[in-house]
Amino acid sequence: MERAAAGRVGGQAMFENCGFVGATRHHHRPALADAPVVRITLIAVSLIFLGMFLFIPLAAVFTEAFAKGASAYFAAISNSEARAAIRLTLTTAAIAVPLNVAFGLAAAWLIARFDFRGKQLLVTLIDLPFSVSPVISGMLFVLLLGVRAPLGGWLADHGIRIIFAEPGIIIATVFVTFPIAARELIPVMQAGGRDEEEAALVLGARGFQMFRRVTLPNVRWGLMYGVVLCAARAMGEFGAVSVVSGHIRGATNTMPLYVEILYNDYQFSAAFAVASLLAMLAIVTLALKQAVGRRVASTIRAAAPAESIEQEAA
Amino acid sequence: MMKGASRRVLPGFGLTLGFTIAYLSAIVLIPLSTIFFKSAALGPADFWAVISAPRTLAACRLSFMAAFAAAVINCVFGLAVAWTLVRYEFPMRGIVDAMVDLPFALPTSVAGITLTAIYASNGWIGRWFVPLGIKIAFAPLGIVAALTFVGLPFVVRTVQPVLEEIDLELEEAAATLGANRLQTFARVTLPTLVPAVLTGFTLAFARAIGEYGSVVFISGNLPMKTEVLPLLIMSKLEQFDYGGATAIGVLMLAISFVLLYGVNSIQKWSARRLAA
Repeated sequence: MERAAAGRVGGQAMFENCGFVGATRHHHRPALADAPVVRITLIAVSLIFLGMFLFIPLAAVFTEAFAKGASAYFAAISNSEARAAIRLTLTTAAIAVPLNVAFGLAAAWLIARFDFRGKQLLVTLIDLPFSVSPVISGMLFVLLLGVRAPLGGWLADHGIRIIFAEPGIIIATVFVTFPIAARELIPVMQAGGRDEEEAALVLGARGFQMFRRVTLPNVRWGLMYGVVLCAARAMGEFGAVSVVSGHIRGATNTMPLYVEILYNDYQFSAAFAVASLLAMLAIVTLALKQAVGRRVASTIRAAAPAESIEQEAA
Repeated sequence: MMKGASRRVLPGFGLTLGFTIAYLSAIVLIPLSTIFFKSAALGPADFWAVISAPRTLAACRLSFMAAFAAAVINCVFGLAVAWTLVRYEFPMRGIVDAMVDLPFALPTSVAGITLTAIYASNGWIGRWFVPLGIKIAFAPLGIVAALTFVGLPFVVRTVQPVLEEIDLELEEAAATLGANRLQTFARVTLPTLVPAVLTGFTLAFARAIGEYGSVVFISGNLPMKTEVLPLLIMSKLEQFDYGGATAIGVLMLAISFVLLYGVNSIQKWSARRLAA
């Protein structure tokens, strides 16, 4: 539990820890009531701040997108270049998400169920991609797989082009989204404990049966949460992908890259039209996150009392 | 390695260990190590020449100052937002709460073009600053605005859970002992929040130092004036100056690792403090 809480505060993925404990618990405590003027000022300051950085920008995306009317909007998001960008974005996510979720399950099983030397180091290493700037993430793969590098040169001689092509975009995305699923799954799997799995084995289940019938159902919300966050990041990554894409129009554009190209071409409303699709995706992500995150938090909380009783007994 | 091997009744240790290490190496460790090999090949003199060039130093200074300013803004307002979300009732609080994570969910290129549009001198917000003689987009202030956006959720999301778990009876005890609300906040509540605020500050700062997408549009990208470190790396990569880009990349990685170490230290310190 402690590790779960500590791991949660490390970056991107810590953000579901919010708002579930009833905030109304202060209302019957007169000694804790702030003066109305303080309350109204703080609410106003908060809303103005969030307005300037969140609400107004979000409204601006849609306003700018429709600045030239609905028909221009639909033309901008349905032409062949836009469709190619949408297709590549979805393909990238369709490859990166299953890979990293499979890794997340394996790493969570390893870390939550076994004790071994170097476990803490492993957890730190898994989180590394979060502390690397997107530009550097992309650059790593240019250095490793670009035509000037030994490995990249060898691949190029065999007709395999990775950098400035689609495989580069995919591999950079896999790097950037690498920790997300693992980081969501580890605390959930730790909270579950190993009793039910051991019971399944005693009752004669084989390893894979136990995994499918006991482990997966127990971590399903954490799994879904990981998938949502990983997919959102995979579709939205810009910096790393920008470095490895080489900006070949139509061929190697994901949606965030296509937004940049249109913008630099002074096609502002087309850029915002494509951006509005990504903004809608972000809104859907936030809604899913809120819905699933609640269940993840309650899964972890539900396990907490049992754990503390175990510790007392021990 | 074999600690508790006799207790290891669950299957899959070897399989998951092998897969985890192999996949981690292929995707993260081997690619990360190339940057160190590449910079070692550069030699100390060349490395130093890149790092100490005036353009690099200017980018470094701007990166630090803008990231610091944005993280401070996020501490002050993030604390207010967290307090408001936890302690007060107001319409649509749930939606406002969910929206705080928008910077994590919105692709940075979308954030970049949008912030540029509204903070430009003819934009929805930027136009109100023109009469005051303040230029936001295409100036260092624009960089601060973009970095404030990307770092916004960190302080709120580190402070919020602490504020929710806080023991209200302490505050009530302070009140019965005659402290007013401000004294109670300053002497009782705020000290409990310090580790969370510091963690949030460091995370926001680290994120801001490396940020590219939201800054590239709003900064104007002028060498020596509005160029931050990630933009400088990008411009070196575009000129195929891989050596120069690598040297700055190593510098940035060193900065992130120091910050990561800082976050871990803050958390250990706060865990010790809670235990005491």
